[in-house]
Amino acid sequence: MYSRSYRRVVTVPPLLWVTIFLLVPYAFLFCFSFWQVRSQNVVHEWTLSNYVELIRSPVYVSVLLRSARIAASVTLLALLLGVPLAYFLSVRARAKNVLYLLVIVPLWVSYLVRAYAWKTILGNTGIFNTLLQYFGIVHQPVELLLYSPFAVVLTLTHIYTPFVFLPVYASMEQIPKSLLEASRDLGASATRTFWTIVFPLALPGIFAGATFALVLSLGDFIAPLLIGGPGGIMISNIVVSLFGAAYNWPLGSAISFCMLLLVVGLITGAERLEKRFRDGGE
Amino acid sequence: MHRRVGWLNVHAALVFAFLYLPIIVLIVYSFNGEGVGGFPPHDWTLRWYRLLEEDDALWSSVWNSALVAFAAVILSILFGLPAALALDRTQFPGKAIFRRLVLLPLILPGIITGLSLLTLFVTAGMKLSLITVAIGHGTALISVAVTEISAGLQKFDRQQEEASRDLGAGEWYTFRRVTLPNLKLSLAAAALLIFTLSMDEIAVSFFLVGRENTLPIEIWSRLRRGITPEINAVSTLIFVFSLLTIVLWYKLRRSAPHE
Repeated sequence: MYSRSYRRVVTVPPLLWVTIFLLVPYAFLFCFSFWQVRSQNVVHEWTLSNYVELIRSPVYVSVLLRSARIAASVTLLALLLGVPLAYFLSVRARAKNVLYLLVIVPLWVSYLVRAYAWKTILGNTGIFNTLLQYFGIVHQPVELLLYSPFAVVLTLTHIYTPFVFLPVYASMEQIPKSLLEASRDLGASATRTFWTIVFPLALPGIFAGATFALVLSLGDFIAPLLIGGPGGIMISNIVVSLFGAAYNWPLGSAISFCMLLLVVGLITGAERLEKRFRDGGE
Repeated sequence: MHRRVGWLNVHAALVFAFLYLPIIVLIVYSFNGEGVGGFPPHDWTLRWYRLLEEDDALWSSVWNSALVAFAAVILSILFGLPAALALDRTQFPGKAIFRRLVLLPLILPGIITGLSLLTLFVTAGMKLSLITVAIGHGTALISVAVTEISAGLQKFDRQQEEASRDLGAGEWYTFRRVTLPNLKLSLAAAALLIFTLSMDEIAVSFFLVGRENTLPIEIWSRLRRGITPEINAVSTLIFVFSLLTIVLWYKLRRSAPHE
């Protein structure tokens, strides 16, 4: 129905751009990961040593495990906060739009600045510590609040909860209200309605949201640098230092490329699950 | 019934408190004389806002960010609009891979987008500058443009185009007079969203920035040097500005499905 020239104009420019600025850079990352550094220069000699070092070195493995732990905690917490919130909004009749906006407004406040605000809250003279001391729960400021994996988890949960909320809310909004009414009329309790009707039908959104939270928190390096302290270092921080002061681009590329593969794998897995539950639900 | 609503209400109130606590702290402390120390805040002042006024480095970074964001909007829509049309109406080999590739930066951590582009620019011998940052933002945000425009295309009544063609209008005439006007609101919503996302982007910029800083990079370098209450003031201003854009974006988006 569309002429050849129309089809060409809409396909060729984006294909070219995306190839040059997305596909080729990934290919470069892949190549770099097989090169090596000799006397402060990247030499184009092919080797597997970067990948071998990744697997062998206890430092990388332990940081990777910690990153996975932090990302999993963030995902779980963001689900615990975001899913009931989405349910709360979807069953409401009034002020829905205002509440929806209220959830996404924090997304528009600079990520950096929100992470930094947690520093103010968790610090030695911050709100938490002052309140804890005021009520006599502790007598010394709790130092562990800031510069710890806990602080990173808290901040990342804060940042990614709206990311979980959005797809979950979208899939809950698609559930026909008649289903909920039927369930209620047949005498099911609200809890039972949630677990037997809303939750299974919202699973595609839940998988999508969980993937967002998991992948984005796994790759984060800002929050750990700002409030994580030495104990809160994550895998991306290692990559940053390998591309910076440590100057080992090949090793950094190897880690990045593994992350890229992991992300693509996670997305594909989540999509499969989403599809299965969507088809199963209909 | 009543008890469930009660439990959900409490949970929702707590989540909202959690989401807004840092934002409230940020705003309150931007008026705090002691800067970021001390609780509860006292000694209210506008000092940090006055300091801000004279801070040329900060304002030039705001200007740089605006330039980059503007370029990112142009780039991502220039390539995002045809990409959305291609995905909606054409068949070509590798289409599924193309879709996945275009949308990947939506979920890929910025560090990977930033680093992979860095390897490209360095290999090509390109100097890092605001241009490389703009290319990075523009490329990553094509994903947002495609998502927003595709949503507009799905709601779009294809019969209008067919009618235009049946009445003898050419393909490009139809595109200009029928397709584009129908997508106007989606395009505006996409532009607004891309602009704000670019203004706040840090992970990609972190690797691609040259000597001139964008605002988030400038804030980042100051935060690393120490706590500066001025940052609270500038963030409060950005928050107010963002609040206005987000309401506008939401209105555009909601009015987009005009039949």
